[in-house]
Amino acid sequence: MQSPAIVIEGVKKHFGGVRALSDFNLTVEKGTIHAIVGENGAGKSTLMKILSGIYTRDAGRILLDGEEVHFETPQQSREKGVGIVHQELALSPDLSVAENIFLDDLGRGTPLVDWTSINARAGQLLKSFGFPIDPRRRAGDLTVAYQQMVEITKSLAKEVNILILDEPTAVLTAPEIDLLFDNLRRLKAKGVTILYISHRLEEIFRIADGITVVKDGVTICDLDPKTCSENDIITAMVGRELKSLFPEKLPPREEPLFEIRHLTRRGVIEDINLTVHKGEIVGLAGLIGSGRTEIAECIFGFARYQHGEMVKNGRKVSVAHPADAVAQGIGLVPENRKEQGAVLAMGIDANMTMSRLGGVSRFGVIRHGHEQTLTQKLREQLRIKLGKLGDPVMSLSGGNQQKVVLAKWLNVGCDFLVFDEPTRGVDVGAKSEIYNIIHRLAEEGKGLLVISSELPEVIGLCHRVYVMADGHVAGELAGDELSEERIMSLAIPKRSIQ
Amino acid sequence: MTNQPQGKETTMTEIVSDQGVPVGAQPSRWSRERVVALLLDQSTLIVFVAMLVIAMLLTDRFYTFENFTNIMRQCVPLGVVSLGLLFVILTGGIDLSVGSLMAIVSVVVALSIPTYGLFGALIIGLLTGTLFGAISGALVAYFRIAPFIATLAVMTIARGAGLIISKGQPEFINDEGFNDFGIASFLGLPTTVYVLFICFAVALFLYKKTVFGRLVISIGSNEIATRFAGIRVERYKFGVYMISGFACAVAGIIASTRTGVGSPILAIGFELDAIAAVVVGGASLAGGRGRVFNTIIGALILSVISNVMNLLNIPGYHQQVVKGVIIVLAVLLESLKLRLSSRS
Repeated sequence: MQSPAIVIEGVKKHFGGVRALSDFNLTVEKGTIHAIVGENGAGKSTLMKILSGIYTRDAGRILLDGEEVHFETPQQSREKGVGIVHQELALSPDLSVAENIFLDDLGRGTPLVDWTSINARAGQLLKSFGFPIDPRRRAGDLTVAYQQMVEITKSLAKEVNILILDEPTAVLTAPEIDLLFDNLRRLKAKGVTILYISHRLEEIFRIADGITVVKDGVTICDLDPKTCSENDIITAMVGRELKSLFPEKLPPREEPLFEIRHLTRRGVIEDINLTVHKGEIVGLAGLIGSGRTEIAECIFGFARYQHGEMVKNGRKVSVAHPADAVAQGIGLVPENRKEQGAVLAMGIDANMTMSRLGGVSRFGVIRHGHEQTLTQKLREQLRIKLGKLGDPVMSLSGGNQQKVVLAKWLNVGCDFLVFDEPTRGVDVGAKSEIYNIIHRLAEEGKGLLVISSELPEVIGLCHRVYVMADGHVAGELAGDELSEERIMSLAIPKRSIQ
Repeated sequence: MTNQPQGKETTMTEIVSDQGVPVGAQPSRWSRERVVALLLDQSTLIVFVAMLVIAMLLTDRFYTFENFTNIMRQCVPLGVVSLGLLFVILTGGIDLSVGSLMAIVSVVVALSIPTYGLFGALIIGLLTGTLFGAISGALVAYFRIAPFIATLAVMTIARGAGLIISKGQPEFINDEGFNDFGIASFLGLPTTVYVLFICFAVALFLYKKTVFGRLVISIGSNEIATRFAGIRVERYKFGVYMISGFACAVAGIIASTRTGVGSPILAIGFELDAIAAVVVGGASLAGGRGRVFNTIIGALILSVISNVMNLLNIPGYHQQVVKGVIIVLAVLLESLKLRLSSRS
């Protein structure tokens, strides 16, 4: 019997203390389309990067066509016939379509570029896939969907046995998806094995011959799309126990603290309405790219929006710069702590006071004594474990770094705080401490908006949850309605219905 | 969520464990590690002292009181400009217009003295420098033009404007008080050196004690995070170019007091000396790292190099080569230092 195209056995991958993949097993027969599904952060992208030679695995075996492989570089992976279409577009916008397709071999072995031949070959390839694109056009001028087609053509320009697609339809419209699927079926008929990573379950039912569900870096089960239902997949994706990390929820107050009305940012989010009451913890759930972070950007003055307004404490607020947001008592604990949250090389004390240096200075001169007293108090209040207050923030653990970011906003006196993935890269102990702090803030009557990809976190922490899908609020859940299944079924875009 | 490259993670843990040394295991006061750390910390000063020793061995004309006052006097314009430039570089920017600004200020002052008197002319000169700095600052901070390009444009504009208003001729200054200032001494030191002292004190105060200094450093080490903290980053970026423009004005005036002319071709290529002084002083062109004291030492190092080569009668062309090599060595030392300190 022919050996399977892909066999993955017990593959493990760690990043520092974080386990991205702890036991990954997968078998895919030659000439089939196999779907991999799982929540954000389940390990799908890590697996893909291992197969494409960007990461190396820590343990386990990978066999392609029965032969064990160990890729150290993307080149090695390509030589074995693995082609990849990444989730983020990786075209050079200033080069032409043809140049992008043949970027790694523009001269066909010579140092000179033969434009006629490159354009002709690119034109042929595009035509054979049914993509109506002029190979001489500048890649950056194409729409995102067309760029995606160029990306697919690029990955198929070389002889490919295994094609991996990561969320290929995220930017495509329904007819373009049909076109893509026709091409995938044609490739399959030619004997190409396709790994298809997607959130969109209805697409998976249309195209996949097999499904593997991944959760927390472990392959949970294999399902047959002919016999299983959408619910079976969702249950397998999220079915884990809630830990008692979360304090008991106290009832929020009646008065609304912060409202967003009809907020629209063209092409990203549309007609968003949401309300956060005093003492309320509101969740914002949804898949990556559903528009959650974009809302936070509008609230905090990073992005312009075309329509809509924001109201805080009954008064309309206009936020054109983060400084305006801070002046209105709005704080943001951003997604990426290392780049956005804290100035890592600067002192813990300086990070805590930087948003309101006026409080520890007179005539622009910093009063060191005042600053020390104040930061010492914040440190005790948040129980931050540190050596000296003057040490750089990077000397702290992830959880304590996050507390420094929080201290900064408490010092400003913010009464509305937005948390974007507040416990990412934080260990369990610090997680529960951060949850406790969030609850304490709610108890004091502050309003909190928590953006999170971790469903147990959203459910355990929040009074009420808005679920985002494709730039819209797809639904609102509260109290007993909060379940992973309900959230997931709202979060998965229903694009094929169009 | 788990896609950080592994390399980053390991450096993080290294730093954590480094800080986590138990107090009881603290090395003794003069242990090897502490001495090495101290030497690394003060490397700019050590290089300077080493240069003084070498200079003494090379020529016996170096170690004279006269020569020392000479070096100090020469060092003043460079020191003042470097201090202003340090703030720009701390934000991660650069200012190429410094030499041109010195020139136009010297011309403006020389032209203004007959009409507005000495005091009025000085004020006009300082305002001119600050205004040009503000133009650079506005281009960088509010129009988001890359600092290199914005200040390159201001550099050409200011140089051209200086040549236009002076009609390409040096303008002689007939003010005794002004010209005396450049050559006079007070308490045994050239009077201009006191200006450098004042600038140094002001810069140190700004850097160490003020909200402005704190946020300038913060912007340089992580502009995004500073913006996320709700700081109007633009204002501070604007401010540092104004400071640099003001410092150029001071330096331009001092240079004119020595020569007694306002010259449109003053300080051509001076931006390179000033950048070199700041970088030799250990500042990072990426921003966030740099020290006021070391910047002065950097300016002194460059001045001593010129001085010694003059004493040894090394021709000007050769001097340029030597200077370039020394700058490369200083920066190499700095990067070596960084690697060593991240390893330990």
